Amino acid sequence: MAEPQEPQPSFGQKVLENMQTASAVSYKPMVRVDEDAALAPVGAAQDAEAFYVAPNWKLVWWRFRKHRLAMISGLVMIFITIIALAPDFFATQNPHTTNALESFIPVQRIHFFDERRLSPFVFGATGQRNPKSLRVEWVIDESVKIPVRFFAPGYPYKLLGVIPTNIHLVGVAPTEEQAAAKEAAGSSTAAGPQRISQGLHLMGTDRLGRDQWSRLMFGTRVSLSIGLVAVAVSTILGIFLGGISGYFGGTIDMIVQRTIEILQSLPAIPIWLALSAALPRTWSVEQTYFAITIILALLAWTTLAREIRGRFLTLRDEDFIIAAKLSGCSQQRVIFRHMAPTMSSHIIAAVTLAIPVMIINETFLSFLGLGLRPPAISWGVLLQEAQNLQSIALAPWLLLPGLVVIITVLALNILGDGLRDAADPYTS
Amino acid sequence: MIQHIIKRLLLLPVLLLIFSIFAFIIIQAPPGDFVTSYIAELASSGSSMDQVQIDALRAQYGLDQPIYTQYGKWMSRILRGDLGVSLDWQKPIKELITERLVLTLIIGLMTFFLSWVLAVPIGIVSAVKKYSLLDYGLTVFNYIGIATPSFLVALIAMWLAFSWFGVSVTGLFSAEFVDAPWSMARVGDLLKHLWLPVLILTLSGTARLARIMRANLLDELNKPYVEMARAKGMSEWKLIMKYPVRVAINPLVSTIGWFLPLIFSGSLVVATVLNLPTIGPMFLRSLTNQDMFLAGAIVLIYCMLAIIGTLISDILLAWLDPRIRMES
Amino acid sequence: MNQPLLSVRNLKTYFHLDEGVVKAVDGVTFDVFPGQVVGIVGESGCGKSVTIKSVLRIVPPPGRLDGGEMLYRPQKQAGYEGLRPDGAIDLATLDERGKQMRALRGSEIALIPQEPMASFSPVHTIGNQLIEAIRLHQPISKQDAWQLAVERMHEVGVPSPEQRMNAYSWELSGGLRQRAMIAMALSCSPSLLIADEPTTAIDVTTQAQVLTLLKGLQASHQMAIIFITHDLGVIAQMADWVVVMYLGRVMEQGPADDIFHNPQHPYTRALLESIPTVHSASRTFLPTIAGSIPHPFNRPPGCPYYPRCVEFMAGACDQRTPALQPIGQRQFVSCFLHHDVADE
Repeated sequence: MAEPQEPQPSFGQKVLENMQTASAVSYKPMVRVDEDAALAPVGAAQDAEAFYVAPNWKLVWWRFRKHRLAMISGLVMIFITIIALAPDFFATQNPHTTNALESFIPVQRIHFFDERRLSPFVFGATGQRNPKSLRVEWVIDESVKIPVRFFAPGYPYKLLGVIPTNIHLVGVAPTEEQAAAKEAAGSSTAAGPQRISQGLHLMGTDRLGRDQWSRLMFGTRVSLSIGLVAVAVSTILGIFLGGISGYFGGTIDMIVQRTIEILQSLPAIPIWLALSAALPRTWSVEQTYFAITIILALLAWTTLAREIRGRFLTLRDEDFIIAAKLSGCSQQRVIFRHMAPTMSSHIIAAVTLAIPVMIINETFLSFLGLGLRPPAISWGVLLQEAQNLQSIALAPWLLLPGLVVIITVLALNILGDGLRDAADPYTS
Repeated sequence: MIQHIIKRLLLLPVLLLIFSIFAFIIIQAPPGDFVTSYIAELASSGSSMDQVQIDALRAQYGLDQPIYTQYGKWMSRILRGDLGVSLDWQKPIKELITERLVLTLIIGLMTFFLSWVLAVPIGIVSAVKKYSLLDYGLTVFNYIGIATPSFLVALIAMWLAFSWFGVSVTGLFSAEFVDAPWSMARVGDLLKHLWLPVLILTLSGTARLARIMRANLLDELNKPYVEMARAKGMSEWKLIMKYPVRVAINPLVSTIGWFLPLIFSGSLVVATVLNLPTIGPMFLRSLTNQDMFLAGAIVLIYCMLAIIGTLISDILLAWLDPRIRMES
Repeated sequence: MNQPLLSVRNLKTYFHLDEGVVKAVDGVTFDVFPGQVVGIVGESGCGKSVTIKSVLRIVPPPGRLDGGEMLYRPQKQAGYEGLRPDGAIDLATLDERGKQMRALRGSEIALIPQEPMASFSPVHTIGNQLIEAIRLHQPISKQDAWQLAVERMHEVGVPSPEQRMNAYSWELSGGLRQRAMIAMALSCSPSLLIADEPTTAIDVTTQAQVLTLLKGLQASHQMAIIFITHDLGVIAQMADWVVVMYLGRVMEQGPADDIFHNPQHPYTRALLESIPTVHSASRTFLPTIAGSIPHPFNRPPGCPYYPRCVEFMAGACDQRTPALQPIGQRQFVSCFLHHDVADE
């Protein structure tokens, strides 16, 4: 639709913009109107002119900005990324510390106002040994208030792996030195048959008494990065194979296309499971981590490769590419100066949409016990704790990491959709 | 049309060959062979084998031979319909998986049809009533449906059923029917348990399909042929159903190729959570226990189902879309 | 015979977008008499397509009819509800999806679209779509409808029409497709045929054939035609009466001879001057209209054409909007050069 159209603004402003752009790109002179004179300021011509001369990324940004939900999702993702970069800061205790006596402590919600005064606290939890199951069962005890402070000192760590500090986003108020001392020694005091937990467990504790909030912060780092790394690997594979396939065509194209077809007709989930199961149990956490990303990327690059090849093929026949070639641009210049900028927004959108898929895949692999294995922490590993009805019935908060998975995947999907819609300023 | 299908059918053995090699590599991937893990298993239960027995076992499965001979033997046995014996269960694989396969297919097909029955109208309504409150509601449903992994839905459903009704919704049969022979009562019991897993699996499928349908239809609704139909004096709903919906269905049919296999293999995670007697949980167990002949057989079955899915979508598409039909 | 078939009076079709209102058609007035060919000409974006979509009542949302009358005199049958004493029916008051409007569309008023390729469904045969068009308005059997469709296809010059009935639109050439489209439009013998740039999408040699065909059909069927185009040459060849539009308003209208030989509005004159002729000296620049069509959200106050007009009168043209007034014997012009009547 490069020809100017009648104004049918039925699809909103986008179409109007398209018409404007379209006529700017290739104006078919029906009554032979002088198009060079068109840039003389007339009415809103200044707006229009800014639109005509804006670079591609600016057009994409203008359109993306209008997608409010995608903007919000973008902010959510920035926040989650910050957590993934510095999980220590957000954690309240070491995610690996177990405490057999404090298993299944329920969620301790932060109350900001204590008798109308701003003084954040959580209610303590008291545990009582169930005479039948011989298990300590914890309930929130509203008679015990544990003061909470923001930017409180806690266990020492290195922020971003460099700056040594012990400041955490939230923590038990440091004034109560005993509490801190007990926290180090195992934070509950035995008072007759009752135990009182002095710890802070924003998302409760799991079977082994580990703090789920802190584990979730670390799981975010692993799950998000596995998604990113797996997508990065498949993007490189996809761009490389899709690119040469689309650019050279012929036999190479044929071979790559058949490979993609075969890989795509494989049932991905069983193959992933089987390959992950074949990983030696003796491998370290890091080795498994990279093996899993490779396994995930192995089948996932095909989608991206197809996308990129398709873009390449359509772009190759675009007027402005032909024009660039005819005016003597080198092949390199055509690819990097003319094709790449036009494709980059599409690739970014496709990549953004591929990340949540990877995250879900890692989550279910680990959930089934075939992906990352403890002591590694990922969202899937966390959810593994909630695998059977008994655990869920006893400690429903073990499902909370699932909520984080949903929010992240939702945000990435909406963000990706927003980017994809914005990516092509020339279609509605 | 017929030519097209024949071409596809001829391709089938080639694909099967490639996939069987794939499956075999997967069987062979873990270090050691299954006799090693069998001996380890025997050792853990206190018994042992002497070297003669071990060698006999190895020879029986051709494990002392080069890998291509092993593949040849495995393949020729499978072609004769012999899937081998599961080490873990000590039973012929065919016997083990027949009922589970049937149940997998039932759940898969029911999910498939329910997803379509729900997704197509949802997609049509939200495209035609674009930007209405209904469309927004359905879009939110679709986004959440896509963002929530089905095993999480299963976990949440399990938890809700337990905390509200105090019932456990796992399994496909009540206790008294688990090992009972097939009867009307058993079928009735199955139907009573079947709806929840099907519903859980349908959620994400419906969301995906509805989204595709909405996008396809939105593209088509602005096409000149729709305006032309309006200019002919057709009534609005009639023309929408006859033209744009008919055209928008075609890309949706092409999704069968990946959607059907996805249901069959994707159901394995839900089946594990809900403890369903389908091939999924058995596959998982075979993987963790290194019961590799069983795992290989099941991978091959999943591949078969995937091929069949693609074949069905190809044939349907050629039948529905004259442009594709004429092309070949 | 002297009563107009269609009288469009002060038609307003606005598009209500989040960003503002686009006045795609803003007070358009013209008449179509039985058997007359009315050509609407203008640059793209002038609202000519929206005008005819308004007549057919198929303006896509967020477009809306915001005023004016479209009086149509049904030729085939009486018994329309809401028929006024003078035998006309106001299309603007009908429900656009209602039974009455649908009974008129296709049967009384038929459309030949701009893109014949995209206007046929790609997954239904030509025959299917023709028969449907016939049976929507005529209670005849499928077999009879098939016969009628074949006859129409034959009439518009489609070779071996029986075979083409089973073909899909993408199997035909551009010219054949447009002929099939014309056959479909004619299938119910409409009294008013609306041709929306019917020759833009086909190549030049076929264009001439299609125009000749339309001219012939117009004479044999005694139809009125509203012909929309941006090509003044086509207008000269086809139209009896010419309406010149700019930015949703009629600048000038009158008999084709007067418009071409005695244009009154500066815009019409500029349009005509920008046509290359064989008489002009070679290697000279073609006169062009300076400036471009304003952004639809920022229409200038006063006469929409004044920013590009060579005869712009400050204090008049940029203050008030000139009304369409009769000039001379049969022409109508909206320009302060010729009168001093303004729209409110």
